[in-house]
Amino acid sequence: MHPALSVILLTTLIGVGQGLFLALYTGQVYSLIQLIPMQESQRFYANGAAVSLAFLIAGLIASFFHLGRPERAWRSATRWRTSWLSREVIVLPIMMALVFTYAVIHYFGWTQPLFTLPGDMPIDASLIVGALGTLAAFALFLSTGMIYASIRFLQEWASPLTVINYTLLGGASGFTLAAAFSAYLGLDLVGFFGWWAVVLTLAAAVTRISSLIRNRRLKHKSNLQTAIGVRHNRIQQKAQGAMGGSFNTREFFHHRGPGAMAFMRLAFLILVFPVPIALLASAWFSHSEYLALAAFAVQYIGLLAERWYFFADAQHPQNLYYQTVS
Amino acid sequence: MSQLALVIDLNVCVGCHACVTSCKEWNTNGWAGPMTDQNPYGESPSGTFFNRVQTFEIGQYPNTETVHFPKSCLHCEEPPCVPVCPTGASYKRKEDGIVLVDYDKCIGCKYCSWACPYGARELDAEQKVMKKCTLCVDRIYDEKLPERERRPACVLACPTNARLFGDVHDPDSTVSVAIREQGGYALMPEWGTKPANHYLPRRKTRITLHKDELERVDNPLKKEGLAKADDSRQTLDDTTSW
Ligand code: SF4
Ligand code: SF4
Repeated sequence: MHPALSVILLTTLIGVGQGLFLALYTGQVYSLIQLIPMQESQRFYANGAAVSLAFLIAGLIASFFHLGRPERAWRSATRWRTSWLSREVIVLPIMMALVFTYAVIHYFGWTQPLFTLPGDMPIDASLIVGALGTLAAFALFLSTGMIYASIRFLQEWASPLTVINYTLLGGASGFTLAAAFSAYLGLDLVGFFGWWAVVLTLAAAVTRISSLIRNRRLKHKSNLQTAIGVRHNRIQQKAQGAMGGSFNTREFFHHRGPGAMAFMRLAFLILVFPVPIALLASAWFSHSEYLALAAFAVQYIGLLAERWYFFADAQHPQNLYYQTVS
Repeated sequence: MSQLALVIDLNVCVGCHACVTSCKEWNTNGWAGPMTDQNPYGESPSGTFFNRVQTFEIGQYPNTETVHFPKSCLHCEEPPCVPVCPTGASYKRKEDGIVLVDYDKCIGCKYCSWACPYGARELDAEQKVMKKCTLCVDRIYDEKLPERERRPACVLACPTNARLFGDVHDPDSTVSVAIREQGGYALMPEWGTKPANHYLPRRKTRITLHKDELERVDNPLKKEGLAKADDSRQTLDDTTSW
């Protein structure tokens, strides 16, 4: 497939936004049960949620560049019964609204307990909205992943690993950003978020490398024989019916050699996994906010390469019909 | 419920592209138009087509065979391209099974084209909406046209009659009979899309002759020892009409 910049940006940016929100909420729940110190509502949660929202909005804006007719984008919410794309289109604004509400509640400090759970756990509005936001974040990971995983003949994508990778990679980048954000604010949470980020990054490494191995071993079900229905081991295309390319040659091919693929794969394997882990560890030891920020920046750049590779790696069966120009 | 479809006979297609030009001519002017072109007279022309003819070479020299392969939307009975559309712009008509795109609803997200294993959908580079074969829905029901012209433009244009059109759910239609009796097959059956369009394979008419069919076993001259197993000599068979 052709890796479109708009989709690469959309999926990576909203992944960071979702992950950051999950991180904030995890932090809040941990402080509720007093595993980590309480944070200032406004400074940490409201600003953090604002950053998360900014990433979600940036992703949404990027997505519009993918559409031929963005002015009609609202129509895409109508087929949620059958289309994962439609479901994503619905869940993304819901998520944004919840993150916004969460930020507002914390900004104005409306965090008086509404009721208290047994065990002396005060529940306030932000916790409830946050729980809904967490659900929305997972629903969004599911929808985004399923957009790709549900196309059964794009065999590289048609696997639960696709959804798991989207979730873990988004989560990892979000927790890394949370670590960087708390380092930037000078809060003593770099260790907490950093640990989570490392765990998620390692988990993502396992699942992403599993999908690389899976795809390397993949046997494609379609071949030229089934494509044109001629049973012969040697079939060669002599003309594809167009000289100057067509939508089919632009949308489904990345037009790069194996060298570029290998480079991108190596780049993301290094930039997404070991480098951010090393930077987070050194940020924790040295108490340097720059190292934590660098960890996030490097991981995000790595994720751009990862997403590029994700698209370029998928072999669409229609490509069988477009092997030779003439 | 009927399911209109094309049946394409690869045995007689000569790869002349008449269906391609006729399709473009009809549809760019009609309900489904325009089908825009980019750089049509320049070095690398590109444009929207509903139908393309491709060419494949089977086998290795000197045992090769050229297959011309017209390719358009197959109007699948289980179209994977329809449920993925987030706007409902892509739909399959209940009454005749034609898969269509509503250009006024399409947002050009291209998701349906990803979900078609055959590469039958093309995004119009200018209009930015998804386009595909309509089976000439705007002419096959047009009562202003004489009855014989109420068929897709490609079918009318084909000089070798390689394109048959009809209802594949009607067991007695020309297309159903052709599929049944001449080995009609579907493309990429592995995906369960149940394409309505079918292809008829290349067919060779061969006859197997055994030696005893060339040489009369009961040639009476043999009895008399006059006919020898010598092919160069005339036999009674060559000179007499029995
Ligand atoms: S050939 Fe492709 S576009 Fe046409 S109905 Fe089948 S899946 Fe859809
Ligand atoms: S490109 Fe148009 S027809 Fe295709 S899925 Fe998107 S909105 Fe539907």
